[in-house]
Amino acid sequence: MTLWFWIIAACAVGFLTKLLGYLVPRKWLTNPRVARIAGTLTIGLLASLTVVNAVASGERLVLDARLGALVAAAIALWLKAPFLVVVIVGALAAAALRFLGMP
Amino acid sequence: MSLLLRDSPGARAGLSIALATGLYGISFGALSVASGLNIWQTSVLSLLLFSGGSQFAFVGVIAGGGTGLAAASAAALLGIRNAVYGMQLNALLNPRGWRRVVAAQVTIDESLATSTGQSDPVEQRRGFWVAGVGIFILWNLFTIVGALVGNALGDPKQWGLDGAAVAAFLALLWPRLRSREAGAIAIACAVATVVAVPFVPPGVPILVAAVVAALIGFFQSSRGPEGEGLEPDLDPYRDPETAGES
Repeated sequence: MTLWFWIIAACAVGFLTKLLGYLVPRKWLTNPRVARIAGTLTIGLLASLTVVNAVASGERLVLDARLGALVAAAIALWLKAPFLVVVIVGALAAAALRFLGMP
Repeated sequence: MSLLLRDSPGARAGLSIALATGLYGISFGALSVASGLNIWQTSVLSLLLFSGGSQFAFVGVIAGGGTGLAAASAAALLGIRNAVYGMQLNALLNPRGWRRVVAAQVTIDESLATSTGQSDPVEQRRGFWVAGVGIFILWNLFTIVGALVGNALGDPKQWGLDGAAVAAFLALLWPRLRSREAGAIAIACAVATVVAVPFVPPGVPILVAAVVAALIGFFQSSRGPEGEGLEPDLDPYRDPETAGES
């Protein structure tokens, strides 16, 4: 039930954020600081989410099959594979490493 | 429809991006149920939140044992760029009345990029609406497909679904790493995350990284050339000759 609450809250905040963009005066956009923080925040959050999902397990850092998924995905991206292929490559790498006995 | 497609580069670009992007919904649906959300919760996120990065962030934090508050915070912070997109699109398309509400909901990376990639105002409008509405429909359909498939798979780890999450986040980050500075920000935030993980509850390291990123953006706002890769938009029309550089 609590999870439902946070899901609805995230959705409400997400939509209001989008709508806010259509309601603020155009000149705010010309503030380069606002635009840049939006840019750096996006990069920083995505980098953080990548790392958390690769090496964090609760409050511990663990090295397991997910690290193989990270490397495999990086190689796929470097080879310019499309998004869905990259995701599948990541899953296959983790699954294969677990099959071979990695935690 | 075929006539429109033949004569409209905006609609054509929008449709191809909708097809390519809508399919990602499968990975979101599967990862979401693997994170412990049910199919209804998964679908509500795709219908109402409808912003891939924020949706992946929400379920990513939950999967890591984070609280609902941390999940919603990460999703909200990752959605801030949509406000900047909204300002740009409002200036470009100027939707009125109920159209403005619908336009806000389908304001995402891809619809912004499709629209701003066109030069003719009519094509900018067509590109935005075809990409935005097209992705919304397909994304939601494929979210359900992914959730059903994910549910049928059993133990998500056995199928490497946690590896799929890692790959998805890296794939979302990758096109933004077009400059050395963008790479430096990514590394700084990755390091901040790793350092924070043992000391704070799950989910909070992501918020620590957000603070680091915002501070970098705040203090470096006075310098930096145009087109360095930090502007908050994705460009689907990158020249294939130069797409691999930077």
